[in-house]
Amino acid sequence: MPPADGPVQVPPGTPIVRMRGVRKAFGDALVLDGLDLDVPAGQKVALIGPSGAGKSTVLRILMTLERVDAGTVEIAGEPMWTMPRGGRAVPADRAHLRSVRRRVGMVFQHFNLFPHMTVLRNVTEAPRHVLGLARDAAEARARELLELVGLADKLEAYPSELSGGQQQRAAIARALAMRPELMLFDEVTSALDPELVDEVLGVLRRLARESRMTLLIVTHEIGFAREIADRVVFMDGGRIVEDDAPEAIFTNPRNERTRRFLRSVLRG
Amino acid sequence: MIFDWAFAVSILPDLGRALGVTVRATLAGMALALALGLAWALLRRAPARAVRLAVFWGVEFVRSTPLLVQIYFLFFVLPGAGITLSPFATGVLALGLHYSAYTAEVYRAGIEAVPRGQWEAAWALGLSPGHTWRAVVLPQAIPPVVPALGNYLVAMFKDSPMLAGITVVELLQTAKLIGAETFRYLEPLTLVGLLFLAVSLVSARAIRHLERRLAAR
Repeated sequence: MPPADGPVQVPPGTPIVRMRGVRKAFGDALVLDGLDLDVPAGQKVALIGPSGAGKSTVLRILMTLERVDAGTVEIAGEPMWTMPRGGRAVPADRAHLRSVRRRVGMVFQHFNLFPHMTVLRNVTEAPRHVLGLARDAAEARARELLELVGLADKLEAYPSELSGGQQQRAAIARALAMRPELMLFDEVTSALDPELVDEVLGVLRRLARESRMTLLIVTHEIGFAREIADRVVFMDGGRIVEDDAPEAIFTNPRNERTRRFLRSVLRG
Repeated sequence: MIFDWAFAVSILPDLGRALGVTVRATLAGMALALALGLAWALLRRAPARAVRLAVFWGVEFVRSTPLLVQIYFLFFVLPGAGITLSPFATGVLALGLHYSAYTAEVYRAGIEAVPRGQWEAAWALGLSPGHTWRAVVLPQAIPPVVPALGNYLVAMFKDSPMLAGITVVELLQTAKLIGAETFRYLEPLTLVGLLFLAVSLVSARAIRHLERRLAAR
């Protein structure tokens, strides 16, 4: 059982994410078709590809928002949907799911801030009630993070009083306040007006440079992916088509589908 | 028949006291309906399918049978089961139970209107199911449905004379007793109507006021 707060020990060499043969269908639509993905701790990974490629589904599975139909998912070496009991793997119970997702945080395309809470309370709610932090400690942590994302003067504002870019930055602070080891960013600039995209990318850029967290970023901002990622994973049709360093993918894509995708987004 | 103003004034204190009984029965019944309705709405989403079905059919049953039948049933059948309540308590129980079937639907609509992203954000932050309901979902689900709940308060108030049927000395019952004693029905029944009108108008205004304040938030 990991400690309630603070960094969790992961055996060295264990990838923070390990997905094997993951299949997921919504009705008749096969979204993930035998996906394998390993992410070492601390890596900054950009997940790119055409819409419908299954990128967001990968994040939603890692956040336990979706179950897999087949295959295995491990977070820091722990199976997500099963747990050991009496030498056998049994279906995960609530406590197990809680401990698995304690390591993971997510920022959504549509922010999903709690509209009836101030920015400060949005950021302190989970640290107080999930991690058990005292109000003072939770607020100190929140202030620090809100300053980091440039919202130090918006603590008492309600989400409806903020621009989309400010809301998304508050949502990033809210996820960071739980000190996850793995942060998932699901098209976090797609719902923003173009002039607000940069302020959010700026926060992500800083996180990528300065934090030791593992970042998994689904994005359509190809230039941004190239700039901040250690590794770019190109998905199409529920599979990983190409997986390489940004320079290699963007200057010399080996797969024809990658080339076609990059041509279409770079032209657009 | 001529409306006797002096007589009307003389019976007003009695009717005023009876109005107190009616209002208390309505408020107590509404409190019960609000609490039970919320419980039904939450149980409609319980993990166990048997619970969901039982609550669904229970609510359907209560909504599809007349209030007066339910009032009589509780009044005449409960004592046989060893449960003896005063007529007033029986009436409050019947009103609360009957209207909880309606408030449950209102709560359900409010809960369903909370976007899925709110549940997902709460889940991603690790909030427990109970905390998610209390701190995230219900504070968003209930304010928009307060006007609809308020309308049921007024409706229940207007149904409260049915309690006269089980000897609760509320407004209508008092008017009937006055009539039986004095052989004058015009004044007491007119006053009953006017008193109902006055309270309903005041409540409707209060609900509109509340609605505006909630919308302004």
